[in-house]
Amino acid sequence: MTNLDRFLDNFFNARIAAQWAPKILDGMGVTVLLAIAVIVAGLAAGLGLAVLRAMGVRVLNWAIIFIVDLFRALPPLVVIVLIFFGLPAIDIQLDGFWAAWLALSLILAAFAEEVFWAGITSVPKGQWEASRSLGLGFLVTFFLVVLPQAIRMVVPPLVNRTIAITKGTALASVVAVPEILGAAQSAVSHSFNATPLTMAAAAYLALFIPVVLAGRWIETRFAWKR
Amino acid sequence: MSVRITGLSRRFNGQAALDDVSLEIARGEFTALLGPSGSGKTTLLRVLAGLDFPDAGLVEIDGRDVGQVPARERRVGVVFQHYALFRHMSVAENVAFGLRVRPRATRPAAAEIDRRVRELLELVQIPELAGRFPDQCSGGQRQRIALARALAIEPLLLLLDEPFAALDAVVRKDVRRWVRGLHDRLGITTILVTHDQEEALELADRVAVLDRGRLAQFAPPATLLEAPATAFVAGFLGEASCIPARLSGGRLESPLPGLAAPPAWPDGALRLFLRPHEVAVEAGPGPGLVRMVHPSLGAGTRVVLELEGHVLEGVVPPGLPVPERGGPCGLRALAATAFHEDGSRARLA
Repeated sequence: MTNLDRFLDNFFNARIAAQWAPKILDGMGVTVLLAIAVIVAGLAAGLGLAVLRAMGVRVLNWAIIFIVDLFRALPPLVVIVLIFFGLPAIDIQLDGFWAAWLALSLILAAFAEEVFWAGITSVPKGQWEASRSLGLGFLVTFFLVVLPQAIRMVVPPLVNRTIAITKGTALASVVAVPEILGAAQSAVSHSFNATPLTMAAAAYLALFIPVVLAGRWIETRFAWKR
Repeated sequence: MSVRITGLSRRFNGQAALDDVSLEIARGEFTALLGPSGSGKTTLLRVLAGLDFPDAGLVEIDGRDVGQVPARERRVGVVFQHYALFRHMSVAENVAFGLRVRPRATRPAAAEIDRRVRELLELVQIPELAGRFPDQCSGGQRQRIALARALAIEPLLLLLDEPFAALDAVVRKDVRRWVRGLHDRLGITTILVTHDQEEALELADRVAVLDRGRLAQFAPPATLLEAPATAFVAGFLGEASCIPARLSGGRLESPLPGLAAPPAWPDGALRLFLRPHEVAVEAGPGPGLVRMVHPSLGAGTRVVLELEGHVLEGVVPPGLPVPERGGPCGLRALAATAFHEDGSRARLA
């Protein structure tokens, strides 16, 4: 057996691939589910926080800034582990999937809040003034004039951040979630062969290349130059 | 609607942007606020719009003190310098917006709003742009959209903040004549903020000249040119050059020959303001040094020259030889407006 044969047998083994393909496919399903749940919850919470912050209640803003900075500073893996192993101590039992979902959503919310906030503050002051002189109050101006423009201005950084956090779903394997990486790792330990990891890499590419392309499309379709 | 401003002051970090400004504008009048940047004209406009609040003084619109009235309740239409159009809305939506967001009690029916938007877009001559977005329109078109949007709320007072500054020179002339024509048809009291004297003098019934936060003069354009109230107004309007001079023993000491001393003035320093047509230039030897020569239609040849370190502009009458650039020339003052250091003014000839 040459080195090349050994390499091929270990990483591109057709028999092993066929045997573990259903498990990896299941893992893809879990990854997609987790990613969608994180995107929806994270972006919604981030937008909500940014809107709250725009209301200008000082004490509330301090709290928002503190929480946002906290979750931007903590490594995602630490947050996942803290939630998974820490919350049971106060009798909140989350399984791995929901622990990972909560952790990644909190982190995406923190980053998204900063991005939305940057968008809100970069809407020119003239837009507020034009709206006020047309007879609009603060809330109407904020929701009908400022926010729609802010969101369109921040599409590119938001897409970037969203892609980055959805790749973080691989960290859920640490808390025994059978998503792509988790499924592949358990396949490796059963088959004593690295082929499932190759398949995992292929599965991530199959999932995330379309996501990246979709991000590009969203940017050209909805984004504004500032 | 009439506007009355009394003793208005506004300070920013101790700097006075407006300093005790009082003026009264009649119903239907077209007024210009003219001044260099930093003179307080935009601050005054923002105070009128309710976007800024004075530290002292009174603003009355149609007899009502609006000091505590927020911008959204003033019914003052504003066309902003960069138009501030809502770029996520179509042109028609921009114009309709001020009506659509009104409380139900005062909001016109949807069909009525559509009709009014169509009417306004026709009024500003861009009905074909209704479905486009501001980013797809030219500068001149955006200006018309901004105007239609400001007019949609049926303002009592229309404020224009440097509305022509972003347009190129040719379009600007067209658009400003059109704006004046629109004012004459609609009769809305209008206040224009500008740093461009040509614009102010051409458009306005009366012009308020602001100098570092103070009202220097408020008068019809012809009066500003013929009888400037202060040295600042004389220097700011009508391309005048300024030459220092002295009165001593009743004699005028000026680098420029041709002027008689003003009668009955005490001795002291003077400033002479001369418009180009008040300085006659002739080819040949003389104290002037020719810096630039440019022909102008009908009125002779304009010459920019230097005299004892002062730059001034003069005219060579039509038909006479024109001096060469870089060479000497003779010159004589035909008339001038003089300001004494004590503030009094006289026409000299």
